Amino acid sequence: MVFSYYQEVHNVNLIIEKDILNPAVVRMVVDAPAIARKAEPGQFIILRVHDEGERIPLTIADFDREMGTITIIFQLVGKTTRLLGNLNKGDHILDFVGPLGKPTELDGYHQVAVVGGGLGAAIAYPQAKKLHQMGASVDVIIGFRNRDLIILEESFEQVSNQLFITTDDGSNGNKGFVTDVLKKQIESGRSYDLVIAIGPLIMMKFVAELTRPYGIKTIVSMNPVMVDGTGMCGGCRITVGGQTRFACVDGPDFDGHEIDFDEAIRRQQIYKRDEKAVDDPHLCRLTGEERSHD
Amino acid sequence: MINRSLEKVPMPEQDPKERVRNFNEVTLGYTPEMAIEEARRCLQCKNKPCMDGCPVKVFIPEFIEKVAAGQFAEAYDIITRTNSLPAICGRVCPQESQCEMVCVRGKKGEPVAIGRLERFVADWAMAHQPFKPNTETVRNKKVAVIGSGPAGLACAGDLAQRGYQVTLFEAFHVPGGVLMYGIPEFRLPKSLVQAEIDHLRQMGVSILTNQVIGKIYSIDELRDQGFDAVFIGSGAGLPLFLNIEGENLNGVYSANEFLTRVNLMKAYRFPQTDTPVAIGRRVAVVGGGNVAMDAARSAKRLGAESVTILYRRSQAEMPARAEEAAHAREEGIEFRFLTNPVRILGTEDGWVRSVVCVKMVLGEPDASGRRRPVEEQGSEFELPVDTIVVAIGQRPNPLIKNATPELEVQPWGGIVAESQTMSTNIPGVYAGGDVVTGAATVIKAMGAGKQAAQAIDDYLTGKTSDDPEACILGSEQSEF
Repeated sequence: MVFSYYQEVHNVNLIIEKDILNPAVVRMVVDAPAIARKAEPGQFIILRVHDEGERIPLTIADFDREMGTITIIFQLVGKTTRLLGNLNKGDHILDFVGPLGKPTELDGYHQVAVVGGGLGAAIAYPQAKKLHQMGASVDVIIGFRNRDLIILEESFEQVSNQLFITTDDGSNGNKGFVTDVLKKQIESGRSYDLVIAIGPLIMMKFVAELTRPYGIKTIVSMNPVMVDGTGMCGGCRITVGGQTRFACVDGPDFDGHEIDFDEAIRRQQIYKRDEKAVDDPHLCRLTGEERSHD
Repeated sequence: MINRSLEKVPMPEQDPKERVRNFNEVTLGYTPEMAIEEARRCLQCKNKPCMDGCPVKVFIPEFIEKVAAGQFAEAYDIITRTNSLPAICGRVCPQESQCEMVCVRGKKGEPVAIGRLERFVADWAMAHQPFKPNTETVRNKKVAVIGSGPAGLACAGDLAQRGYQVTLFEAFHVPGGVLMYGIPEFRLPKSLVQAEIDHLRQMGVSILTNQVIGKIYSIDELRDQGFDAVFIGSGAGLPLFLNIEGENLNGVYSANEFLTRVNLMKAYRFPQTDTPVAIGRRVAVVGGGNVAMDAARSAKRLGAESVTILYRRSQAEMPARAEEAAHAREEGIEFRFLTNPVRILGTEDGWVRSVVCVKMVLGEPDASGRRRPVEEQGSEFELPVDTIVVAIGQRPNPLIKNATPELEVQPWGGIVAESQTMSTNIPGVYAGGDVVTGAATVIKAMGAGKQAAQAIDDYLTGKTSDDPEACILGSEQSEF
């Protein structure tokens, strides 16, 4: 079946910059003036790269109202992100919708720790930047698997009072997890009035567990499976303080101490098998088994 | 020469055994011979009760007379005078409770198959003649229509016909609203929806997809961009859940999510398409409306071995069209009436294992006039299932309301609109369809969109002032 419709008038979503930040992470600056005019830290966009493609949410990694651009940073983890990564400067992204979700509430905080894990570091950047602009003291604690995966070091240096970068394997000379650094900072007397944690669910869970006994308000950014991103499907529902909430319209930011992380981790598995099928339909001719890129 | 048969000319259908394995359209439509034969059952009544039964007042006896004479192009022109989406309405309108319910032939035997004839004429026209846009004049006024479902399409079509510059804003990547994401391919082919929408483009309607109004622009910002009037037809897109234990287990879907994945995102062709849907061997669908039927029949086509509808009232109260329920039954969908889920049990790794239900009995009539189902003590039982689809209704999406605090809404979220003109409490802003009434039918939403188009025309030509009270008076003189 052929649809005879297409994007009309504006909204062409031209890619005007593309950088490879590390072997698995790409940064793109996209011409999207209407979205840039409204975007705030914490919000996200949904995109689609081809006519049979799926809709995936990506957090807005930066925006420039004057230039009319939205920056996205994504990891090549599934079919859609890999196809997106194949696009180059001068190409267009088929569909680009936003800004979706609620902005992070950043007013009234003075001493903040922004904690990012892996790609989460990129997602946490707009919050750190805005807090810094608002005059807050910002400690940035970001962690990666190894030295080669470190991203946005210079950007974070410009918006933080202290910047800590950890690696799981110690290859940057600072072995450990982000929670180790955060704990040390808190115990050495830094009195944060807010911790923002963005990264893998398990990391956000541990950050929330760490801050809970200290009573430090902890905001986490959820990125569950979603289709429309406008509150229509309910696929992104999560339990917060015993209530079902939709991450797309009620979030994506929530109080980390209220979230049922175990449920969120479980719901993230719903399409894991299917993703493998679409990602890697190749059956090895030698063994007859499915081959994996992992 | 009247055809005196007491029954409708049957419409060919795909065999149930065959069709549960594909997503192709179930009903195949009349041939010209069948259409002429059926059209001859119409008595051409002078008082035309059927027209009063139609929310958009299609000139039914007139078009049927042309069909009986084999003048299909003329029949099409008559239908499209008041209905811009006949191929869709001919398929999804509940004719049995509208035009056909009041057909005189229905007093003894079956009514004239008005819906099937409308569909035949629309399909014939699409196949045999290019679309001729019949816009009257060009007017120097701009109207923004929010939402491209039935209400928005009807409103946009009527305004374009009157010469207005109409821009249609759609949140999804494809226009059509519920016609694309909700109603399945086997009931309403998507190529046909797009063909009808293309007619609007040819009439000069500009369609902007990927625009979530309330997020990218507020209503005020649309006015600032030079839109002289705004119509909100954003539908009822917020899914209701049962609020029972276990509802967030893996394998529980809202009907919205399940159908959007299947219809809009084409999950039935996964992995050729990229959007999956996780369907188990045994599926339970909760609810008794058309959406529940659509979900159940889709699940069957996706390969589920057993599909069971759980409905808390009895068959008599079921809101689904009789035809849809009959089709579902033919396809092997099981119905468990007077059955209400109370909790969902999961496996160790968090997938649905079973649903625990109670039996209900019917008590006194409730506010809806239907007998209220009451739980039968000690009737709890467990039904093993892998997937559950919750199809118990939708409410209006709150995005526009949240971004427009001055807009007056009902406690349940529906926008307050005057019943004749569809005007809201904000001058120049109109609303209609499911966003006003809550989830209803395609044709009712189209009727509201048309009424709003008339009111917007009156407003922009100065026939009414922008005082909402005056709008109410003005509308009494209009044809609606």
